[in-house]
Amino acid sequence: MREADLVVVGGGPAGLCAAISAASSGANVLVIERNKKLGGQLVKQTHMFFGSEKQYASTRGIDITDILLNELKKYNNQVEIMTDTTVVGMFEDGVITALHKEDKYFKIKPKATVIATGAFEKSLAFPNNDLPGIYGAGAVQTLMNVYGVKPGDKVLMVGAGNIGLIVSYQLMQAGVEVVAILDAASKIGGYLVHASKIRRMGVPILTSHTVKEAIGKDCVEKVIVCKVDDKFKQIEGSEIEFDVDVMCVSVGLTPLNELLAMRGCEMKYIPQLSGSVPVRDENYETTVENVFAAGDATGVEEASAAMVEGYLAGICASAKIGYKPDNFEERKQDYVKQLSDLRSGPVGQHILSGIEQIVVK
Amino acid sequence: MRIEEHPILDFKRGKKIKFTFNGQEAEGYEGETIAAALHAAGVKVLGKSLFLHRPRGFYCAIGNCSSCLMVVDGVPNVKTCVTDLQEGMEVETQVGKGVII
Ligand SMILES: Cc1cc2nc3c(=O)[nH]c(=O)nc-3n(C[C@H](O)[C@H](O)[C@H](O)COP(=O)(O)OP(=O)(O)OC[C@H]3O[C@@H](n4cnc5c(N)ncnc54)[C@H](O)[C@@H]3O)c2cc1C
Ligand code: FES
Repeated sequence: MREADLVVVGGGPAGLCAAISAASSGANVLVIERNKKLGGQLVKQTHMFFGSEKQYASTRGIDITDILLNELKKYNNQVEIMTDTTVVGMFEDGVITALHKEDKYFKIKPKATVIATGAFEKSLAFPNNDLPGIYGAGAVQTLMNVYGVKPGDKVLMVGAGNIGLIVSYQLMQAGVEVVAILDAASKIGGYLVHASKIRRMGVPILTSHTVKEAIGKDCVEKVIVCKVDDKFKQIEGSEIEFDVDVMCVSVGLTPLNELLAMRGCEMKYIPQLSGSVPVRDENYETTVENVFAAGDATGVEEASAAMVEGYLAGICASAKIGYKPDNFEERKQDYVKQLSDLRSGPVGQHILSGIEQIVVK
Repeated sequence: MRIEEHPILDFKRGKKIKFTFNGQEAEGYEGETIAAALHAAGVKVLGKSLFLHRPRGFYCAIGNCSSCLMVVDGVPNVKTCVTDLQEGMEVETQVGKGVII
């Protein structure tokens, strides 16, 4: 059995920041990431980030990973990073089991754990939604921006939130035609700057529309969409057909945190946080002592908030197991302030109304 | 279906790799996943579903959903969206749940 002060599960922005702040407090940290590359969702974000300066707004997502990894390098002799390794179990006795390269299992018993496993993409129910060619927006981004492969020739994007808008733009950058973007809501969910940029490129954004059905033999060949009324009921006779070879589904993410449920942490379904999330205190510690969580796994938000949550959870977890830096209070207050600044807008208010329901004092 | 020019990204592809797909020779690059190489070669159907044998392609491309399972070098249920392509691999469409022994 291996031992460690702190194990961080997930090497996305939240996990990397948790590792940085815990190591800078003096703890030894083991970061476990199932991918070959660190960075989580950031590895495919070619656009300039929104957010605020402290969280690298206006820097491309792909470059933020390098900034964080450079920071982490300062603590080389305290931090070990294992990629290509998936945490598959967390048990009552505090033991974590992990699988390295799909063939070697090992156990670790850390003093504390930060779970930063991120989120996964939701899918949408309609006839033939399982046809090849119907892909999650993140999958299309991975295919294009990580592997340099086009998903197809003509794409219909479902979902006009920021991810749908950004991936549509990135598809066009890769030379793929986007025939339309649709969204069941009556308003565009993403930022207007992104939406106008896309409209200027001639792509219609159809609000109050949904997918009626996909058609194709082995792969999607055609998609029929229709209008919905204000109760999201499909309106007969309003159908439009699109001949496409790809349909991209971008209807949001939901937290990926089964490990916490498995460990026995109390979980609650909170719509504002996009799914089932752990009940926690303001230090991001769950109801199981010394198990902390941060980032999208505690509620789907943005990389900017995920990073600050990571720093906060990392410093609190290390303090809890005996590595408390002198300026602990000052740093903690700074992170708390950054989070409340990030959540000051209307979207932030919505998130806060969710957070209120899971934070125990 | 490969992107050759991109305003932001510069794709440094690894060396060429030969593999087979259902017995036919195919090519991909070192450092890419089996699913990415197949997609670049125009293959979207990776398997057939458990009961109704409906065509299956990838969905999430990051190892979360199991929609991309194939038989690789005789081993079924390999998540091809997160498994790297290797020289000489024998990749086959998986029909149903696959048999180990
Ligand atoms: C298209 C798109 C555009 C975006 N644009 C912006 C933007 O402009 N600004 C912004 O602030 N945010 C943006 N975001 C959101 C941002 O990317 C996410 O909020 C952020 O990445 C969440 O960070 P995280 O560390 O919580 O999770 P992730 O980045 O998802 O990282 C989680 C990591 O955990 C690993 N993992 C999961 N389970 C296990 C396990 N069992 N064992 C080991 N490892 C595991 C995963 O492989 C992954 O690497 C965007 C997202 C998308 C998809
Ligand atoms: S496509 Fe989801 S696991 Fe491979």
